[in-house]
Amino acid sequence: MSSGTILSGAEIVIKALRDQGVDTIFGYPGGAVLPIYDALFKQNQIKHILVRHEQAAVHAAEGYARSSGKVGVVLVTSGPGATNAVTGLVDALMDSIPIVCLTGQVPTHLIGNDAFQECDTTGITRPATKHNYLVKDVNNLARTLHEAFYVAKNGRPGPVVIDIPKDVQFADGVYRTPGESQPKSYRPQVKPDLNKVEEAVEMLANAKRPIFYVGGGVINAGPVASQLLTQLVRMTGYPCTTTLMGLGAYPAHDQQWLGMLGMHGTYEANLAMHGCDLMVCVGARFDDRVTGKISEFSPGSKKIHIDIDPSNINKNVRVDLPIVGDAAYVLEDMIRIWKARNKRADQAALKSWWDQITVWRSKDCLKYEKTEKVIKPQYALERLRAAIQGRDDVFISTEVGQHQMWAAQFLPFNKPNRWLTSGGLGTMGYGLPAAIGAQIANPGALCIDVAGEASIQMNIQEMSTALQYRLPVKVFILNNQWMGMVRQWQELLHGSRFSESYSEALPDFVKLADAFGGVGLRATKVSEVDDVIAEMIAIPRPVIVDMCVDQKENCFPMIPGGKAHNEMLLGPADKVSEATPEEGMVLV
Amino acid sequence: MTTQDTNIRRHTISVLVDNEPGVLARVIGLFSGRGYNIESLTVAEIDASDSLSRITVVTSGTPMIIEQIKVQLERLVPVHKVKDLTLEGPFIEREMALVKVVANGEKRVESLRIGDVFKARVVDATINSFVFEITGTADDLNRFIDLMQQLGEVDISRTGAAALSRGTSTL
Repeated sequence: MSSGTILSGAEIVIKALRDQGVDTIFGYPGGAVLPIYDALFKQNQIKHILVRHEQAAVHAAEGYARSSGKVGVVLVTSGPGATNAVTGLVDALMDSIPIVCLTGQVPTHLIGNDAFQECDTTGITRPATKHNYLVKDVNNLARTLHEAFYVAKNGRPGPVVIDIPKDVQFADGVYRTPGESQPKSYRPQVKPDLNKVEEAVEMLANAKRPIFYVGGGVINAGPVASQLLTQLVRMTGYPCTTTLMGLGAYPAHDQQWLGMLGMHGTYEANLAMHGCDLMVCVGARFDDRVTGKISEFSPGSKKIHIDIDPSNINKNVRVDLPIVGDAAYVLEDMIRIWKARNKRADQAALKSWWDQITVWRSKDCLKYEKTEKVIKPQYALERLRAAIQGRDDVFISTEVGQHQMWAAQFLPFNKPNRWLTSGGLGTMGYGLPAAIGAQIANPGALCIDVAGEASIQMNIQEMSTALQYRLPVKVFILNNQWMGMVRQWQELLHGSRFSESYSEALPDFVKLADAFGGVGLRATKVSEVDDVIAEMIAIPRPVIVDMCVDQKENCFPMIPGGKAHNEMLLGPADKVSEATPEEGMVLV
Repeated sequence: MTTQDTNIRRHTISVLVDNEPGVLARVIGLFSGRGYNIESLTVAEIDASDSLSRITVVTSGTPMIIEQIKVQLERLVPVHKVKDLTLEGPFIEREMALVKVVANGEKRVESLRIGDVFKARVVDATINSFVFEITGTADDLNRFIDLMQQLGEVDISRTGAAALSRGTSTL
């Protein structure tokens, strides 16, 4: 079949997906996508993964995309199918994940008539996507599909919706190949302005207290960008910190890595950010979780900002040298110019900077009370870390809350694409479907969803999906019987008035695993932790671990809302000073 | 952070877009979603063969916000070009208004005299009213309308600004 072939709309969809190299899609059928499901039935190159809720279809596609570097593809029906997908789409938008989501729509002649399962999908998803389309003419369908893939993965990646009315799926039209279908206007800049890169190298070489501040953009730029970053950081000898989204872009076992920065980042990373004289931001966006109080953010530093999205530059923090481009290209040029000009860091200054960092490091900010009486959540994760140490094939997803921050702090990420978490939107219910997507992209790998007992209930139905496709995903619940992060904020900022944050009437997670056809394991004592983790990893089936942890543990270090990097709380002994100002409490 | 210019200034921005369904909604949604201000917005097709429209939006904000508006607009897929006319040298801005003035006697005559001064054209007349067509900058129109409001009941329809840069440069 070549370009110009006449096919039905549904066949065009399948053909276009195949020409885009798609082998897996995540979806849920319904009235308005039946022709596409029929076309799927008649072929066997594209595997369809049937989820149990459309939100999970998008999260699974995100997990698939993030762990494989490919575009994740979703297929859902009109109306509720589309609206259920919206949370996943915004999640992918906030975290820059390439997704193409096909939604069914009522036939064109019924659009606007309040037809059964009709909704204004393009209207609803306009601010939820990077771009969206409604295809009313079958002859535009192939071009639109190819353009959607181009838009989803080029520039700053993101989700794209294509709304396809049912009559368009039935109608016959002309197929066009990807090569014939470039968008007219969208041409993101990937190669940097070399003058600026040269200027950046000069600034880098002259810095006395430099730091690399690295975000998810480096991971999105592909594994080569992480290698280049590592090379540049090692060449300079400068310290490097990563955001939540950037974990894995720089090897966590390396001495030059200061850990994650931000609200629950390490003491040394945040103080180094506060005290640096040159900040090199690569693929991060100065968001409020990273900067803390914006007016006191890194007051004495020059800032270089490398980003593929010009709108991220000077959005929250004014920078001295913006460089628009793909992180891999920019880093490659920086390395080349650094070498060509025989640059060398100021060793004396660098030594005193590292001495200072060593002092901060010696605070050991992630320490926690070791006890035999109760399983500390940090202890459970340390034991999980020990069990997976040295393995290259471990993918960790999370839900959202305390467990997410602890996982970011305690688990080792030495390579990109191994860490799947909802950073921007903070979507509870993300982790299990994301782990499913990662497991499909990486058969045989160990995919673990570090969860909380509250979050996991938001998409627990996906256990069925895991069972159906024999995906041995592991759900590692740190069960403290509270919405832990909500409880922590209520304790610290709302006078310990624990409004609606107790997880009342919890299911028995062991029985629940059993009911789904998986395996349930529970640890209630410190002495059981290692055995349960070993068993979880050994069982080649879906497992839910109910790790019954300390109910009162809080996540530290913490920069309370509205505070600056140098105003961190390091542990329960630190109190929020002079009653956190109103402006801080207002911030989320 | 370096000291920042927090002065709010008015900017006229020209945006060349594909004339396709939803493009105006994208632009307006961007402004409302991110809390930017719209003083006026006009849109019409300018090239039927290439199916291109030009949106002229008058907005106001600090230099940081204005810069954000420009790059956020450039990020939209159907947007071809964005030009901040206020920043990029001299430009011409014109707006048209239809202004109905309901007045009698001396006030009615006075409205006609003022219309003359402002080079407004009478496009409708009754014994008790005139409708003026006036073209000029937003300030010209504001001054004209202010005066007319003192003479009688007025009804106003304004087009919003159309604008082009002076000289040879094109969008």
